[in-house]
Amino acid sequence: MQIGKKYSKKKHSANLIIGLVITSTMLFLIILGFFYTPYDPTKMDSSAKLAAPSLSHLMGCDNFGRDIFSRVLKGMGNTFIIAFATVVIGVVSGIIIGAVTGYFGGWLDEVVMRINDVVFAFPSILLALVFISLFGTGKYNVVLALGIAFVPSFARIVRGEFIKYREMDYVKSARLAGVPHMRIIFVHILPNTMTVLLSSIMIGFNNAVLAEAGMSYLGIGVQPPDASLGSMLSEAQGYLFSAPNYAVFTGLMIILLVLGFSLLADGLKN
Amino acid sequence: MLEVKNLNIEFHDHDAPEHIVRNINMTLKYGEILGIVGESGSGKSMTAMAIAGLLRRHDVTTSGEIIFDKKELLSAKRSELRKIQGNDIGVIFQEPMTSLNPTKRIGWQVEESLKIHKPEIGKAERYRLVIESLKNVELDNPELIYKKYPHELSGGMRQRVMIAAAMICAPKLLIADEPTTALDVTIQLQIVKLLQRLNREQKTSILFISHDLSLVKSICGRILVMHDGEKVEEGAADEIFNNPGQEYTRELINAIPKLEKPKL
Ligand SMILES: Nc1ncnc2c1ncn2[C@@H]1O[C@H](COP(=O)(O)OP(=O)(O)O)[C@@H](O)[C@H]1O
Ligand SMILES: [Mg+2]
Repeated sequence: MQIGKKYSKKKHSANLIIGLVITSTMLFLIILGFFYTPYDPTKMDSSAKLAAPSLSHLMGCDNFGRDIFSRVLKGMGNTFIIAFATVVIGVVSGIIIGAVTGYFGGWLDEVVMRINDVVFAFPSILLALVFISLFGTGKYNVVLALGIAFVPSFARIVRGEFIKYREMDYVKSARLAGVPHMRIIFVHILPNTMTVLLSSIMIGFNNAVLAEAGMSYLGIGVQPPDASLGSMLSEAQGYLFSAPNYAVFTGLMIILLVLGFSLLADGLKN
Repeated sequence: MLEVKNLNIEFHDHDAPEHIVRNINMTLKYGEILGIVGESGSGKSMTAMAIAGLLRRHDVTTSGEIIFDKKELLSAKRSELRKIQGNDIGVIFQEPMTSLNPTKRIGWQVEESLKIHKPEIGKAERYRLVIESLKNVELDNPELIYKKYPHELSGGMRQRVMIAAAMICAPKLLIADEPTTALDVTIQLQIVKLLQRLNREQKTSILFISHDLSLVKSICGRILVMHDGEKVEEGAADEIFNNPGQEYTRELINAIPKLEKPKL
């Protein structure tokens, strides 16, 4: 048992390091893509149509002769921003709803959590699809749709934490010192929930990357001329045989992005 | 300064309502230390929480009167109550391990009441008051302790920090709910001495709650004995100790030597 424990500790720290390396590399590429791409990602070059990877085109070119590496950089940036915004909406609303219902309890908690359960019962991608079909496609709607679909799971996690913490002696002490409820919720309790919240934020981020990719792949997410990893993958599908590098590199980026955060989340659990 | 009249507390979180505290009456004068004794589960903490205003929950009903400084607290507005909590009434609990927030520095936790009740006090002055308060509870190196996290302190030190936090606004009443139960005997005595000194020097009235009759006798002038949510008897500490009027009190007294005499 002792050995098993040691082993799992080692595994966790290895995950943490690998996750950190992958994630920071990806973040570096994303930030790089905001300021610099080797080529204009939308510029077509008929002489380079479907060019194979080479030193001048690291990942080759697509059917219009656009540099895939440049497009991947930009697309990754878009994917990241969408996933980030989605998680922000989900987390901020989740924190507010979960904190207030968990802390106060009572009938408000009952009502809000029943609604939460109903929303939670549907897969988030299905909810997002319904939202998109009602309000239209485009990246803002994707963000909004996924963000709202993510609220219930974050609200649940935060609520659970607050139910645990509201009974703590130091929370009682704060109330006995006349500290107002809102200050207790956001200043006294919230920082204590951060470890739990942080790993679910990372898992949520991954789900958002995958959900966005899925939606854009289906053609209901990001629309041209914007590109995300998902929409690029869908485009690459058409040239799977003539230019497999397009699909391979795009897919690889999605995998690395998700893998990095998964390992990081796992490593952070300890 | 404190007068409790016919206090009743009922819980409604199970099917049948539970009557936890029945018809408790007590008075506490300025500068006095009143002890409440009774076995665990006799309703001491609930009585204390009712006085401190922490039983305003949807699953609890309270009735009776709690008059503190001429104000009735049970029916007071929340905003009124909040002005009194931490400012005029300070509370410390049994568990020094869980009474401090693990993610905040000691200084931050001690000065919280000041921030709430005396927002006009500036940062530098607040720091000075916190250091003074930490010194006042006989902690060495208060500047160092100010920056520490709770897990870096021992149980006894944490309980001193709790007392410093409860006393920083110089409350008129300190409610100490089993403040020494989780501590070693030697540290217990130090904390009791500290509370006695604060009572003497700052004229803070203390409601001292414990299941340990000998401890209560050593610090309190008057004692109230509780059993199953009811007052069994009340009187001067010596009188109750030497001449218990009730069978239950006698049992409490008999319980002491059994625990304290080492079995050889
Ligand atoms: N949430 C609750 N619901 C119902 N009964 C409770 C609750 N909390 C405490 N009690 C009961 O209240 C009684 C008094 O508890 P307490 O005041 O903590 O006793 P003491 O401090 O004297 O040990 C106990 O019998 C306990 O079981
Ligand atoms: Mg108790």
